[in-house]
Amino acid sequence: MQEYEVVVIGGGSAGLAAALSAYENGLNKILIIEKNSSLGGILNQCIHTGFGIHVFNEQLSGPEYAQRFIDKLDNTSIEIKLNSYVTKIDKDKTIYYSNDAEGFQVIKAKSIIMATGCIERTPGAIKLEGERLSGILTAGLAQRYLNIEGYLVGKKVFILGSGDIGLIMARRMTLEGAKVLGVAEIMPYSNGLRRNIAQCLEDFNIPLYLSHTVKEVKGKDHVEQVVICQVDENKNYILGSEKTFDVDTLILSVGLLPYNNVLEDLGVQMSSTKGAVVDENYQTSIEGIFACGNALHVHDLVDYVTKEAMQAGLGASRYVKGLLKHGKYIETKNKNGINYVVPQKFCLQNIDKEIMFKFRVTKPFQNVKILIQDGDRTIKSIKKMFLLPSEMENISLNLSELKDCKSLSIEIMED
Amino acid sequence: MKNLTCIECPRGCNLTIDDNLKVTGNFCIRGQKYALDEISNPKRVVTSTIKIKSLEVVRLPVKTSMPISKKLMFTILKYLDNIQIEAPIKCGDVIIKNICDSGANLIATRTILK
Ligand SMILES: Cc1cc2nc3c(=O)[nH]c(=O)nc-3n(C[C@H](O)[C@H](O)[C@H](O)COP(=O)(O)OP(=O)(O)OC[C@H]3O[C@@H](n4cnc5c(N)ncnc54)[C@H](O)[C@@H]3O)c2cc1C
Repeated sequence: MQEYEVVVIGGGSAGLAAALSAYENGLNKILIIEKNSSLGGILNQCIHTGFGIHVFNEQLSGPEYAQRFIDKLDNTSIEIKLNSYVTKIDKDKTIYYSNDAEGFQVIKAKSIIMATGCIERTPGAIKLEGERLSGILTAGLAQRYLNIEGYLVGKKVFILGSGDIGLIMARRMTLEGAKVLGVAEIMPYSNGLRRNIAQCLEDFNIPLYLSHTVKEVKGKDHVEQVVICQVDENKNYILGSEKTFDVDTLILSVGLLPYNNVLEDLGVQMSSTKGAVVDENYQTSIEGIFACGNALHVHDLVDYVTKEAMQAGLGASRYVKGLLKHGKYIETKNKNGINYVVPQKFCLQNIDKEIMFKFRVTKPFQNVKILIQDGDRTIKSIKKMFLLPSEMENISLNLSELKDCKSLSIEIMED
Repeated sequence: MKNLTCIECPRGCNLTIDDNLKVTGNFCIRGQKYALDEISNPKRVVTSTIKIKSLEVVRLPVKTSMPISKKLMFTILKYLDNIQIEAPIKCGDVIIKNICDSGANLIATRTILK
């Protein structure tokens, strides 16, 4: 049986960076398994610019960002298997995959990095009244049709959900000649980056209806009208506030979920993010199995995906070389106002200089402090003018700040 | 006085520009330039795709090499409808020089070898 030092599952931005980092840290037998016919993952359909400002100090498009990493593979011994789908992995790191050329294959790995990305929440996953009509699809799918296949899915469009993909698609479809009549968001605030509200909606005078949702979709076979309605704090309809739009397409941008079938089947400990519970090297509860990128928690910026994946690649290389220490884990706790923190635990002996904690807040905050504490001792307190659930926050702590640390919690202090 | 959201990076600073063209609320120098451009001649990078003859894909993603006047956005997109090229293309290749007299080149943003 073929045996690799690291097998990376998924060839998106996370998988590419993880594999390159494992290689740069001294491993040679590395394989990337990717189900699509090309590397790059979701970046291939994100043709807008806005990627890489932190890693390259440039505003690249998604494919350009991916290309920088794909080009780097040329001078390495990293092997690639495209059009190959991993169906199962075992605790002893046996990997089962299949493709048209080789059929069903079984290989072994010393370590595995899961970088399988995320999936979109679908009409089935959210409640929508009305008939099951054609003309309702997710924003990512609409993006794929337009940017990869060159096919515009509708001419008169309404968008449910203000996630970034929905906003990006509002602009993209408008530029290609569609009329986008509006975006409805059930929360009283937008779920997309502020700059996307500005450059995707305001630039084209597309209205954003906050605290609104789609109440009904009408049509025979195909979408003909959507009815939106305002909601109160408990998300109940405020009757009488309905507005009707004549459209041929309803696009859903209602959230992303880490995609982890394979990990879940394996019995890895999972967290509230729907990703695995990981430590400072992004190692899961099964030794030698790592997770990073959108498969671990949904990121809004690719730059942080790359950094996270590089750490996972470094972790895997240390695991293979037997360099990871088995110290005591300190848990990270999310308290008031914090939705989750990644990593969920860390071992001080395995941290070189510093460790980055990533988290999201539960709701928008203004003029607050982020408090990081070890019991009663304040390790760090950071003032923030704005905090939004749609923007992932990160804070790095160095080893001296963590000296003698027994526990770690992150919370929001309001005045 | 005008309030703007800076689009130069994901931070999205809330900018204010007053009648004497003084910019406040910007975290870095990019915000200053953005606000000044925004009230005189707003500019955007245009991204789209064009037809490509290739064994791998049917569309090639492209962008303008720099932000172009917002007024030209739709003109450029219309123009792209009738452009077709052939693989191989390298990421960064110039497809059209000074597209629609915008001052920017149209460049490929993906490498398509076959
Ligand atoms: C539509 C959209 C717009 C975005 N816009 C921006 C932006 O403007 N700026 C920015 O910085 N960031 C943006 N992001 C965020 C960022 O680009 C992504 O979070 C990041 O690229 C995700 O990388 P990934 O490798 O984790 O996942 P993906 O790119 O999804 O890669 C996962 C890969 O795993 C493969 N795979 C999955 N399961 C298997 C299996 N079982 N076997 C084999 N292969 C498998 C998939 O085919 C896929 O190629 C955007 C994200 C999305 C979705």
